[in-house]
Amino acid sequence: MPKVRITDVSLRDGSHPVFHQFTVDQIVRIAGALDAAGVPVIEVTHGDGLAGSSIQYGFSKTDDLELIEAAAATVKRAKLAVLLLPGIGTIHDLKEAQKRGAKMARIATHCTEADISAQHIAAGKELGMEVVGFLMMSHLIEPAELVVQAKLMESYGADVVYVVDSAGAQTMDMVHDRVTALRAALDAKTHVGFHAHNNLGLGVGNAVTAVKAGADNIDGACRGLGAGAGNAATEAIVAVFNKMGWETGIDLYGVMDVAEDIIGGEIGITPIVNRSALVLGYAGVYSSFLRHAENASKRFGVPTAKILEMVGQRKAVGGQEDIIVECAIELANAQGGKPAPELAAV
Amino acid sequence: MPLNVAVIGSGNIGSDLMFKIFRNKNLKMIALVGIDPKSDGLARARKHDVAAIDTGIEGLLARKDLMDQIDLIFDATSAKAHEHNAPLIKAAGKFAVDLTPAAVGPYIIPPLNLKEHLEGDVTNVNMVTCGGQATIPIVGAISRVQPVAYGEIVATIASKSAGPGTRANIDEFTETTAKAIETVGGAKRGKAIIILNPAEPPLIMRDTVNVMTETAPDQAAITKSVQQMVADVQTYVPGYKLKSGPVFDGNRVTVFLEVTGAAHYLPAYAGNLDIMTAAAVRVAQEVYERRNALVGAK
Repeated sequence: MPKVRITDVSLRDGSHPVFHQFTVDQIVRIAGALDAAGVPVIEVTHGDGLAGSSIQYGFSKTDDLELIEAAAATVKRAKLAVLLLPGIGTIHDLKEAQKRGAKMARIATHCTEADISAQHIAAGKELGMEVVGFLMMSHLIEPAELVVQAKLMESYGADVVYVVDSAGAQTMDMVHDRVTALRAALDAKTHVGFHAHNNLGLGVGNAVTAVKAGADNIDGACRGLGAGAGNAATEAIVAVFNKMGWETGIDLYGVMDVAEDIIGGEIGITPIVNRSALVLGYAGVYSSFLRHAENASKRFGVPTAKILEMVGQRKAVGGQEDIIVECAIELANAQGGKPAPELAAV
Repeated sequence: MPLNVAVIGSGNIGSDLMFKIFRNKNLKMIALVGIDPKSDGLARARKHDVAAIDTGIEGLLARKDLMDQIDLIFDATSAKAHEHNAPLIKAAGKFAVDLTPAAVGPYIIPPLNLKEHLEGDVTNVNMVTCGGQATIPIVGAISRVQPVAYGEIVATIASKSAGPGTRANIDEFTETTAKAIETVGGAKRGKAIIILNPAEPPLIMRDTVNVMTETAPDQAAITKSVQQMVADVQTYVPGYKLKSGPVFDGNRVTVFLEVTGAAHYLPAYAGNLDIMTAAAVRVAQEVYERRNALVGAK
């Protein structure tokens, strides 16, 4: 019976739909319940990784380090993970997170830029952490090209390399081809992971495909709480994997309760495949752009989907949230109507 | 009499510097220094009748005939190499313009603090980072109007324009730029983000500057100051462009910039590299003017 390790990212990817407003109380209760349900890895960080708190991505209500410390004090069995995007966070930030109890470093780069992660992956290993290389927007390049980048991360010391469908743009065949290629090319000791976004409605299906293709690390979020139409729902992954006969070690009812009572109930957010999210998946746009585009839509009076399309045409990669406002301003000006009042002075 | 200069580092930055020096009638390119005899940069130097030295700074120091002529040395190597080179350049009595992240000397953003530093007895100046050269002038343009509590910049550059040095040590970019946003830009707290974008055709460098003013922003004064600053930067980087803004939202001020390179040697999309070499040449031009003013006064 294959064993699959699930990493729950509700408290990291889920930071996007709550605009990075998680409180210590929410972190403690959600991490505590996930831990009690047997979730082996729990990720806690600002949606855009360590030091993501910014004007560009949104300020955290509570400092990342404080949230990590609170989660570390709560969990008994689970390994605590943090996300770091080189160019945003630094090795200094990783060291601080490790001091507060993070045991896994997930180092994320755009799928063609793995070489900017060498120092951070090495630093994670030096700190005694398990290190995951996280290749974002992996729909953009062919499996053979992705293999080259995955091997770089492996050579820097990554224990696991993830195929990350940041835009929720991959069909099942695309997932199959990428995971298969990585599994075949990487050392047998290196694990392969997959991170889904549900923008095309394929989240859980793609997770299943990934495991069939050789992945043994899968990301989920309770109730799918994540950017865009959310991630593959942890509780649905566990239910499906149980039926497939795949071992996760997670109590299905425990994660169902977190999804239903805390996230759906108290937090009150259930990501869905709506028009804007579908545009993300269809056009291949970074999922966390959604909330920023919705804000820009309100601020400048132009449709969210139009902004996302334009951002896609400009080939924006993860992290380029500033281009959203710029596109919205251009669209507002092109509408010919009167510019937004705040632009009048320009 | 022109200012005689040498460039250490025969890679892309060193080569672009050499071509910019050729175009400046007040600067004379005496030597290009590398460590690889087969480097393209050194071959280009030879073709233009510039002394090409392939034995590093030690090779240059040994050439007394050249050292006697040289007034100023640009260092376009790496932080580690500059830490080795800096004391040697100083001992030889030459002015150093450091394009690496070593930051042995003070940070220079030409329209903000060039004159201030050259008036003192500083003999080594550091050019911060490409993103810093593009964005800190704007932070300074706002902080000269009213106090800035926070300055944050996002630099997006074409993957092809990020060399191996930048890639291997990207934290140096974020940390150095953040520090200079505070010390030179005048923000109480600084933050920098860099993003590499592999799109084809390569995208032109774009930068976003966000600042939080301490009190309600004086929109008219800030707009005027930013436009003036853009014009000042354009005097040495013609491809520097205000794309949009300033846009105001409460105390937040946002400015969108684009930097097209002059394509002297590097392609036009590499505005990030162009603004570094252009700013470094701007420093040398100031050293030249200052020396001539002193000679004139005597």
